[in-house]
Amino acid sequence: MNHPDTAWVLTSAALVLLMTPGLALFYGGMARAKSVLNMMMMSFAAIAIVTVLWVIYGYSITFGVSDNRLLGGFDNFGLHGVGGAGPLSFAAFQLMFAIITPALISGAIADRAKFLGWAAFVVAWTSLVYFPVANWVFDFGVNGDAGVGAGWIVNWGVQDFAGGTAVHVNAGAAALALALVLGKRIGWKRDPLRPHNLPLVLLGAALLWFGWFGFNAGSALAANGLAASAFMNTQAATAAAVIGWLTVEQLRDGRPTSLGAASGAVAGLVAITPACAFVSPLGALLLGVLAGALCALAVGLKWRLGFDDSLDVVGVHLVGGAFGSVALGFLSLDGGLFYGGDAVLLGKQTVAVLAVGAYSFVLTLGLGKAIDLVIGFRLEADDEVSGIDLAEHAESGYDLHLAGAGGRALAGTVGVGVPQDARHDGGARSDQRSIEHEGSRA
Amino acid sequence: MRMVTAVIKPHKLEEVREALQLFGATGMTVTEASGYGRQKGHTEVYRGAEYDVALVPKLRLELLVEDADASDVVDVLVKSAQTGKIGDGKVWVVPVDTVVRVRTGERDEAAL
Repeated sequence: MNHPDTAWVLTSAALVLLMTPGLALFYGGMARAKSVLNMMMMSFAAIAIVTVLWVIYGYSITFGVSDNRLLGGFDNFGLHGVGGAGPLSFAAFQLMFAIITPALISGAIADRAKFLGWAAFVVAWTSLVYFPVANWVFDFGVNGDAGVGAGWIVNWGVQDFAGGTAVHVNAGAAALALALVLGKRIGWKRDPLRPHNLPLVLLGAALLWFGWFGFNAGSALAANGLAASAFMNTQAATAAAVIGWLTVEQLRDGRPTSLGAASGAVAGLVAITPACAFVSPLGALLLGVLAGALCALAVGLKWRLGFDDSLDVVGVHLVGGAFGSVALGFLSLDGGLFYGGDAVLLGKQTVAVLAVGAYSFVLTLGLGKAIDLVIGFRLEADDEVSGIDLAEHAESGYDLHLAGAGGRALAGTVGVGVPQDARHDGGARSDQRSIEHEGSRA
Repeated sequence: MRMVTAVIKPHKLEEVREALQLFGATGMTVTEASGYGRQKGHTEVYRGAEYDVALVPKLRLELLVEDADASDVVDVLVKSAQTGKIGDGKVWVVPVDTVVRVRTGERDEAAL
């Protein structure tokens, strides 16, 4: 990899990393005030956990040299033998995809998943679902094993430029499974489970949009015309999707909403992900406006079908990712039906979506149930009602009232130890006691 | 002594406060409140899901006044808080047993 390409891929990697904190804000603002920290922590935990897995064995079993089309090899544990600008920048870039994919799933399980259960899930799901699927879709023979070691989906001629299947269909199908495993939140359909901070949602959507240029244009793995095409199409589709979503809202609800604008942008970004380097700019506009409208309608399905996909990971990522991937069968400049192609591409795109979706759904169902049985995944009802931030993290997101939460600082709290001088002076605790004594005397 | 309590539309606060000051009221306590009466709540829509928001934001004003002033204070409140539209709020008066000024310990009328 030459220096300009390396610079672009490393820059893109940083952009893609930024998407996960952006996602944390996007989801955090949509959660209720009592769950905002846990919602954001699920994304931050994914950054920490997946990075460690990636260095130890994730990269190797995804992209290491192998003689099969289902998984990478075992020679690159600890990133051993991965050196030089090309391989290392690629490893860094792909790591960020591995981080955001499990983080996306967290939107389906707002307010009610034990944090340790989530941590265990991220380890298991990334290892058993994401790494294999990323091999199928992204391993085009990275380490010179294109003959026999490339992933079966990319090798078969399926078009997925930046991960419509590997990231979005994958995360969306897992989200559906996990929403079913964990069940509905207490008060679902009765209490107003509405977003507590829409400015955070808009900020998060903006950061996702910004970072997505790294995700899509960076997937060219070079600073070239392909990257520029992916960049322009990403912008075109996203803008059109905002209009598509808002149009549905205007016609159906009578009001275009800020949440709709943010959601439409994400729906467009999702749909253009597989297609960004394979369509014309006009094709990107069409794909975007349809994806925005389709996802705006799809997020209503959970109310009819009765699953609590809290922040609409299914309606946006599964539906948007599947739509973008399948639409390539029509809109691809390279073999799409609208451009003189036959139905072969459409068939392959559909099979890839179904294969990834089914694999992810079934394994996630099993992993989720197993975690629930072994360590418990669903939060206790009392803790869910009083708020998961307090129950799982001993924190609250906001302190907005004059009286605060009441109470006072305790010297010698858990794990800190009583400071030396506080011990000698009697410390804050005994101080408090003496005030109580005075009170009782008076 | 009487306590006059008024629940008003939040945007009327400044008008009401100025009118009371002009009348000579020496102070009041304002609390953010929410509730509903004949004015129903409103509907909010998030991703197509409609939520009926039942409680409307209001302000609650509390004034401690001498018995003789209560009726006039009520008139001032009603006049300045009125828009004529549904949701203007309510004013009510209750007798007060004891009042103490915390700074000085003065009691009752002297503490008003």
